[in-house]
Amino acid sequence: MSTFVYMTRCDGCGHCVDICPSDIMHIDENIRRAVNIEPNFCWECYSCVKACPNHAIDVRGYADFAPMGHSVRVRREEEKGTISWKIKFRNGTTKDFVSPITTKPWGKFIPKLAEGEKPNENEINSQMLYTEPNGLNIDGKLPSVPKDTFKKGVYY
Amino acid sequence: MMSINPFSVLAETISPAAIQFFVLAMIALIIIGTIVQMIHHKNVTYFFNNAKKAKLSAERELGAGEKTSIILKTVVHDIATTAELGAGKRRVAHVMGMYGTILFWVASVVLVFCYTGTGTAAPTIWPMIWHVGAIMTCVGGYWFWLFLRVDVLAEAHPWYRIIKADLFVLALLACATTGLAWSYFQSSNSMGLSYLFLILFITSNIVLFGGVYWSKFAHMIYKPGAAIQKNLAEADGSRDNLPPLADAPKQFGLGIKREQPKHY
Repeated sequence: MSTFVYMTRCDGCGHCVDICPSDIMHIDENIRRAVNIEPNFCWECYSCVKACPNHAIDVRGYADFAPMGHSVRVRREEEKGTISWKIKFRNGTTKDFVSPITTKPWGKFIPKLAEGEKPNENEINSQMLYTEPNGLNIDGKLPSVPKDTFKKGVYY
Repeated sequence: MMSINPFSVLAETISPAAIQFFVLAMIALIIIGTIVQMIHHKNVTYFFNNAKKAKLSAERELGAGEKTSIILKTVVHDIATTAELGAGKRRVAHVMGMYGTILFWVASVVLVFCYTGTGTAAPTIWPMIWHVGAIMTCVGGYWFWLFLRVDVLAEAHPWYRIIKADLFVLALLACATTGLAWSYFQSSNSMGLSYLFLILFITSNIVLFGGVYWSKFAHMIYKPGAAIQKNLAEADGSRDNLPPLADAPKQFGLGIKREQPKHY
C-alpha cells in the first residue's frame, strides 16, 4: 500500500518531494501540502516517511512482517543519530526498534564512473555488476547455492 | 503618513457607520466561511474522531492541571513562534507575516470603532501599529511567496505560477499593499490614486474574507488545534502510534542533518 499524508500534520516543507526516488510525492495545488500523486508507482521505500520532520506521512507495512490492521511508524532523531520504529499489531502487541541513521550526505559517495577504468569486453558480458565482487567485500566469485540442495516443492 | 489614521480621513467622505458595517460584514464572512468549510470538509469531525482514537491507546490519564500546562506551553512555544516550521527562513517569514497580520487587523478594528467619526483623534501609536503591521505582512508574505514557497523551492516551479493555494496569501498581500498605497496617496493629497487604491483595498478584503471556504484561511484555526492534540498525545503516551524517544547513546549513528529540500 502506498504512502499517504496526514494533512493536519503536514506543513508543506517539501522534504518528501525532494527525497522520493519515484518522484511521486508532490505538492497539492489546493492546500499546498504534500500528496502522493501516483499511489500505484509507490515503491514503499519509506524514504519520505523517514524524511518527514513532522511525522505526517504513513504507509502500511509489508504483509510479510505484519498482517493487516497494524501500524508502522517511524521517528527520526537527527541529533542522536537514531531512527526508531514502532510496529503495532492488530492484537495490540507492540514492537519497538532503534537503529542508527546510516544516510549519507547529499551528493557524496556517488561513484565517479567517468574517472574509473573502462570495462573490457569480458566484463561487459559478465553477469557481475559494477564493482562486483570487490564492492561486496567478498573475495573471488559470488556465492551460489547448489541446485541439489533445494527442497522439492513450490517456492514463492 | 505613518501617524495618520487613514479611516478618519476617509470618514470625511464616507459615513463612519458604513465603514464599521464593512468591518462587521468581513467578520461575518470569516465565521460563515469557516462553518461552511467545517461542515463540508468534515475536518473537525476527523479531528475529534482522531483524538478519541488516540485516547484509547493512551498509556496514562492526564489531569486537568497537566493538560492546561501542556496547552499553555503549546500556545507559547509551538503556536506563538510556529515551531513546527523548524529553524530557518520559512519560520522567520511566517512569524513576520503572522504578527504583521495580527497587528494590522487589530489596529484596523481599533481605529475604525474607537477613533473614526467619534471626534477623538487616534493616539499616534495606533496608526503606527496599523502601518507597521501592513509592512511586516508585506515583507514576510512577499519573501515567502517569491522565494520560500515549497512549489518554487522544492518543486522548481517558476515564482509566477499561481495556484489555488495562493488565494489566501495573495489576497492578504493585496490587502496590506493596497492599504499602504491608499494611506500614502491619501496623506499626500493625490485623491485620484487614493480612490483607486481604496477600491483595490476594499476588493482585496472582500476576496480575502469572502474566500475563506476556498482558501487556506482556516489553517489559522486548525493548525493550533493540531499542535495541541500532538503535544497532548505525546504526553499521554499514545503519540499517534509513534515510537518513544530513542534511549540511545549520544551520536549513535551518523546523525545527518536535513538539508534544504532543493535537490531537484
